[in-house]
Amino acid sequence: MTVAAKHQALDVTTAQAPLGAYDPQKIRANFPILFQQVNGKPLVYLDNAATTQKPRAVIDAITRYYEADNANIHRGVHYLSQHATQRYENSRETVRRFLNAAEPSEIVFVRGATEGINLIAQTLGRTRVRAGDEVLITAMEHHSNIVPWQILCEEKGAMLRVAPINDAGELILDEFARLLGPRTKIVAVPHVSNALGTINPLRQMVELAHRHNAVVVVDGAQAVPHLAVDVRALDCDFYVFSGHKLYGPTGIGVLYGKSALLNAMPPYQGGGDMILSVTFEKTTYNKIPHKFEAGTPDVSGVIGLAAAINYVNELGLDRIEAHERDLLRQATESLSTIPGIRLIGTAKEKASVLSFVMDGIHPHDIGTILDQEGIAIRTGHHCAQPVMERFGIPATARASFAFYNTREEVNALIKGIDRVREVFA
Amino acid sequence: MPDLRELYQDVILEHSKAPRNYRELGAANRRAEGFNPLCGDRYTVYVDLDGDAIRDIAFQGSGCAISKASASLMTQSVKGKTQAEVEELFGEFHKIVTGEAPASNGKVPAVGKLSVFAGVSAYPVRVKCATLAWHTLRAALAGEHESVSTE
Repeated sequence: MTVAAKHQALDVTTAQAPLGAYDPQKIRANFPILFQQVNGKPLVYLDNAATTQKPRAVIDAITRYYEADNANIHRGVHYLSQHATQRYENSRETVRRFLNAAEPSEIVFVRGATEGINLIAQTLGRTRVRAGDEVLITAMEHHSNIVPWQILCEEKGAMLRVAPINDAGELILDEFARLLGPRTKIVAVPHVSNALGTINPLRQMVELAHRHNAVVVVDGAQAVPHLAVDVRALDCDFYVFSGHKLYGPTGIGVLYGKSALLNAMPPYQGGGDMILSVTFEKTTYNKIPHKFEAGTPDVSGVIGLAAAINYVNELGLDRIEAHERDLLRQATESLSTIPGIRLIGTAKEKASVLSFVMDGIHPHDIGTILDQEGIAIRTGHHCAQPVMERFGIPATARASFAFYNTREEVNALIKGIDRVREVFA
Repeated sequence: MPDLRELYQDVILEHSKAPRNYRELGAANRRAEGFNPLCGDRYTVYVDLDGDAIRDIAFQGSGCAISKASASLMTQSVKGKTQAEVEELFGEFHKIVTGEAPASNGKVPAVGKLSVFAGVSAYPVRVKCATLAWHTLRAALAGEHESVSTE
């Protein structure tokens, strides 16, 4: 197809489905799980920051893989093995494009964002961080971007520093800059906060950190489902995310790393596939990314993840972002009018997360009562206990939106909260 | 579908809003902390143990209506009891909240008011809320200094 023809085709698509005609009902039809009753009420799934539901395209891709393509990869001369290998490596290319990485070899498949961060801490971290050095994180981290660095710092006699946030849940950039110094070896930050929804000014943070030659690790678990990510524009050194928060399967995730860093890092786990040759005296490691993918990987998970990315790409992250922003605005406005409700996380730049507390009513009770209305939200500390401590609360109730959520579902949430107030009146 | 009112009975709501024995106990010779890491509930239970009997008991902390009301009602029902009696009472209470015993089972008279927690049995994830204070009390009585966790 010529470029001109491509453009024409694109125009036709745009004409058929202009921005205003974004139709969540049509999208919902692709998600079988959404059509069920919970406690006698239609399911209203607003726990998307915990995990997202899977479109038929993902479920079918995994089924088809096991029905038609399954074989071990990177080692067979037979047709199925070569075919499965090709599909696996094609998926790597899909991820590369999704993040705009320079090379597919910069994409390492891991179990999830958690494993990605642990991999970096245990390989790059252990070689780069020495006694007296510092690792800088923020006060809005998920536990998965705290504990791996704590383990590393304890082992090395290094110090974990924490950049503070303000009352809106935004990073205080001046303080962040002040905490950077010659001892800062690694800066690990979230792109989007899971408990607050805050979108961090990543480009600025990376630039500040690089002035001190710190390596920047970004936890992108909450960002990739909501906004377009370009790792080269951000210039971050590492970026990790989980497939299951991006409409893909559980147990699969991505670690992006700049090739120069990945090449210099020692391996993470030893085993098959990560070697070129093994004798009892010496092992030669495979080149990246295989050096970091010991053992038979989650091939079906990788193929499911690629299907999810294709699905998201088809919808378009710009349209997803617009729709979700609309839902967030509607929910924020409605919730703000209810007496006794306090929003936790009111950053100017926010994505799809609405954390709140109610006077005299514990989030756990809110969650149980909403569940009786068929509404699924998350309650608790969201694996971010330091965030709860920062706001002086034990927990929050958190509604989080996806592109398949509707304005009617936001209304159901508001009605559900009325019911909570009734029970506790 | 279980009725919410079965879970959030008036007695429970009332105790959660105005918990009894909610204070630090200066005379305490036993204390323990209890956590539910899933929801962030956290209580400290103070016991003034006189020989084998609970002379006084109090608690502090934060958590959901079920856990707070349970702690409050627990402090009322164990005051003056021996450790063996507390164990027996906890056994009965546990059966009630897990649905293993009918709420009206009157074998242990002291269960009395605690039967309001029978509604919890329809909400399996909330059993830990109802039993958190009890686990914490048992840890305090056992003289365990480590905090207890429901996980």
